[in-house]
Amino acid sequence: MGSITLKNVSKVFGEAKVIPSVDLEIKDGEFVVFVGPSGSGKSTLLRLIAGLEDVSGGQILINGKDYTNNAPADRGLAMVFQSYALYPHMSVRKNIAFPLKMAKLDQSVIDKKVGDAARILNLTDYLERRPSQLSGGQRQRVAIGRAIVREPSAFLFDEPLSNLDAALRGSMRLEITDLHHQLKTTMVYVTHDQIEAMTMADKIVVLNRGNIEQVGSPMELYKTPRNIFVAGFIGSPRMNLLDGAYAKSKGAHTVGIRPEHVTLSKESGLWKATVSVAEHLGADTFLHLNVDGIGPMTARAGGEFGATYGDTVYVTPDDSKMHRFDDKGLAIASPLTGA
Amino acid sequence: MATQNTKTLARLMMAPSVLLLLVWMVVPLAMTLWFSFQNYNLLDPSNVGFAGTFNYEFFYTDPAFFQSIWNTLVLVLGVLFITVTGGIAIGLLLDQPMFGQGIVRILVISPFFVMPPVAALVWKNMIMHPGYGVFADIARFFGLQPIDWFAQYPLFSIIIIVAWQWLPFATLILLTALQSLDSEQKEAAEMDGANFFNRFIYLVMPHLARSITVVVLIQTIFLLGVYAEILVTTNGGPGYASTNIAFLIYRTALLGYDVGGASAGGIIAVILANIVAFFLMRAVGKNLDR
Repeated sequence: MGSITLKNVSKVFGEAKVIPSVDLEIKDGEFVVFVGPSGSGKSTLLRLIAGLEDVSGGQILINGKDYTNNAPADRGLAMVFQSYALYPHMSVRKNIAFPLKMAKLDQSVIDKKVGDAARILNLTDYLERRPSQLSGGQRQRVAIGRAIVREPSAFLFDEPLSNLDAALRGSMRLEITDLHHQLKTTMVYVTHDQIEAMTMADKIVVLNRGNIEQVGSPMELYKTPRNIFVAGFIGSPRMNLLDGAYAKSKGAHTVGIRPEHVTLSKESGLWKATVSVAEHLGADTFLHLNVDGIGPMTARAGGEFGATYGDTVYVTPDDSKMHRFDDKGLAIASPLTGA
Repeated sequence: MATQNTKTLARLMMAPSVLLLLVWMVVPLAMTLWFSFQNYNLLDPSNVGFAGTFNYEFFYTDPAFFQSIWNTLVLVLGVLFITVTGGIAIGLLLDQPMFGQGIVRILVISPFFVMPPVAALVWKNMIMHPGYGVFADIARFFGLQPIDWFAQYPLFSIIIIVAWQWLPFATLILLTALQSLDSEQKEAAEMDGANFFNRFIYLVMPHLARSITVVVLIQTIFLLGVYAEILVTTNGGPGYASTNIAFLIYRTALLGYDVGGASAGGIIAVILANIVAFFLMRAVGKNLDR
């Protein structure tokens, strides 16, 4: 059980309207990711759900019951913080046991639950250590362990991987996804990293300046972005957004072409371009091009595509996967439903 | 080589101040030690000679000796207790966001700027005086007999005065420690269901342990030698009720003109201070290692 409903939720800090008004439905067992650039209000929204900030207006329902004005501890939610927020003077065992101790459970029950959580998270050998004696990934797991033992109706993650190095981030991403499959508990996850959002989420909520730009599954957002902001935010490298005469010829103010949706050739094509930077990643090659009459553009080629600085290549966009936007930045019609 | 040269230079540059500090410490200590074994009374300066351990026996058999040791300990522990608990309480209050925070903090620190004799005189004549002190006025307002603080509770009165002076120091150190507590930890504890009391016990107090240690260590050093407050208020009395070791030494040296006896007392005080420091470091010093 862990559905969360936000009705008309708003948050004002002094003069600044951080979140004007948000409606959102999070179903039981879903992995929902809030993604957006810094200052988009995603962390604030999470803290509103957690109860660490008071709402300025609207309602927060958890499992259908109004928890808008309840204290954080009463909401049955557990949170994993960006800095892990472990208690530095307590051993790992005591850290994980802390919420159970506060709930005044029997010591035998506490020991069993802590043992179970440690087993799930591979922390059994580290239970007597202090947080300062652990690596970043282990600390992260302790923080997750402290959340698991409470058996919350939902987990809240506030950018939990941003303090880890790239390799560890990759493996922790898998561990959290795996944990979600094991526990089947609702998870709300905040990140600014669209790769984390794409790889982990059942449902992505894209936020910009406190407004929800679009809600949908990762592939929905990738295939049918509702506006230019979502189109530019989801997908790596970023979608190429072209204005001008070419867009007009397609009946749009702006057209969006993903780097992977173009055909590259050294002999012939629609546009002639000069390579300014070629990034060879092995499996892929990302070419930063200067297209004659259009401007800079990014294109993905296969790993075998041997182009270097100064080479001339020909680019042909795939019209069937082209995104068209009007002068307000809204998508005109989904390319896959027939442009 | 460059590092080698830098090191030598650094040592050379530091040498004068290290030497000065060393001389400053060693010479008075050596002189005190020397005088403590001399028969040297200013009333009879011609009769100077080796006294053996007589001065120590004389000081030890002084009827005020054990009482002054006891008074010293009571004074130190009493002031430490009041300043640490009071410092934590005031620190917690000042850590709350409020209007005029900066001004309030300066006001709280201000007793520290008042020099000890002045503070003691103010307390003696304006606050604790049985005739026209503030406490007496309050007592009369409630229809009670005003308390003659320095006659009835001499040591306790001095503890109050000294605690008032040191409270700002403790508050300041503990407040900065409170402000350095990670806000996410507080929020995590809040999510974990810890109420204010539990957050204080399990999160704030362990976080403050190191700062409390610093406060206790530094204050103990200064509180062992409290002197001015006693001189201007009770003058050690009534009887020896508010005489501590430092004041006893003063009495012996300047009221008895007995340089040898006072020096022996000084050496005893140094030894006592070291015993206190030893137990103190064993009790709280491990907090500094983290």
